[in-house]
Amino acid sequence: MQVTSNIIDVALPDGGQGDVKDFVGLLKPRVMSLVVFTAIVGLLAAPGTIHPWMGFMAILCIAVGAGASGALNMWYDADIDAIMKRTASRPVPAGKITPHEALGFGIVLSVASVLLLGLFTNIAAAALLAFTIFFYAVVYTMWLKRATPQNIVIGGAAGAFPPMVAWAAVTGSFDLGSFSLFLLIFMWTPPHFWALALFKEIDYGKAGVPMLPNVAGRPATKNQILWYTIGLFPTIALPLVTGVAGWIYAAGATALTLKFLFDAIVLYRAEGTASENKAAGKLFGFSILWLFALFAFILVEKLLGLPAVGNWF
Amino acid sequence: MANPVQPFSPEDLARRRRRSVALAVILVVMVALFFITTIVRLGSTVGERAL
Repeated sequence: MQVTSNIIDVALPDGGQGDVKDFVGLLKPRVMSLVVFTAIVGLLAAPGTIHPWMGFMAILCIAVGAGASGALNMWYDADIDAIMKRTASRPVPAGKITPHEALGFGIVLSVASVLLLGLFTNIAAAALLAFTIFFYAVVYTMWLKRATPQNIVIGGAAGAFPPMVAWAAVTGSFDLGSFSLFLLIFMWTPPHFWALALFKEIDYGKAGVPMLPNVAGRPATKNQILWYTIGLFPTIALPLVTGVAGWIYAAGATALTLKFLFDAIVLYRAEGTASENKAAGKLFGFSILWLFALFAFILVEKLLGLPAVGNWF
Repeated sequence: MANPVQPFSPEDLARRRRRSVALAVILVVMVALFFITTIVRLGSTVGERAL
C-alpha cells in the first residue's frame, strides 16, 4: 500500500496548473500597453514608410518581446516578489505558475518575437529587440536590481528602447530622432520609480532591494527626483530640434513638464513620512500621465500630418 | 485498499481545457497572420510573374 501511495505522490502534477489569465499576467499587460503605445509613436514618427500590415506585425512582435522579458523578470524575481505586497499576487509567487513554466514561456516568446521581427522587417530592429530583452532580463533583473540603487537609472534603458525598435523597423537604422524618443522615457524613469520607491519604501526594504530611499535616505531621493525633473526640460526639447515633434508637442510638453516640476518641488519641500508619501503618490500618478501625453502629442501631430518644428542636424 | 487519489481536480481539468482552447486560438491566429503577411510581402502582382 505504501508503494501505491508513493507512486501517486510522484504522479502528482508539478506545473500545468496555471489558467490562461495567469499566463497573460506573466506578460505584464500594463507595462506592455506603455510599450505598445510608445512603439506606435516611434513607428509613425520615423522618416519613411512601412506597409500598414507590416507595421502592425512589427508592433505585435515588440509587444510579445516586452511580454517575454516580463515573464523572465517574474521567473527570476519570484523570491522577492513573494515578499512585497505590490507583487505577491503575481502568478509565480502566488503558486499558480511554476518558475520553470515562466522561464520556458519567456524564452519561447523572446526567441519567437526576435526571429519574426527580423523576418518581417529588418535585422537592425530585431537585433535591438533582442538587446532590449537581454538588457531587461539579464542586465537589470539579474544584475543591477539587487546590486545598486542606480538600478532603475541604468535599467530604465530597457523600457526606453521600444520606440527605437519601431523606428528601426521602418528605417533600418538608429538616428538622433529615435534617440530623442528614447531619452524621453529614459530620463522619465528615475523620478517615476523613485516616487514609487518612496511610498513603497518598507516593501522594498523587506525584500532587500537597494532602492534609493532605502540606501541613500528619503532626503537624498527627493533631491535626486528634483534634479532629474529639471533634466526633463532639455530632454523634451530634443524631439523639437531633431525633426520629430511640432508645436502641439512643444506647448503641451512644456506645460506638463512645468506641472511635473511643481509636483517635484512640493515633494522636495514635504516634511514627515505621511506628507512625503502623499506627494510622492501624486508625482507617481502624474508621471504616468506625463509620458502618455507627450507621446500622444506626437501621435496626434503625425496623424494630422502636422510639420515638425525643425531639424537642426 | 485506499481510495485512488485523483491527481487532477475538476478545477484543474477546466483550467487545462481553457489553456488548450487558448493555444488552439493562438495557433489559428498565427496561421492567419502568416498567410496575410506572405500575401502582403509577395505583392499584388505575384500572379503576373514569369514562371
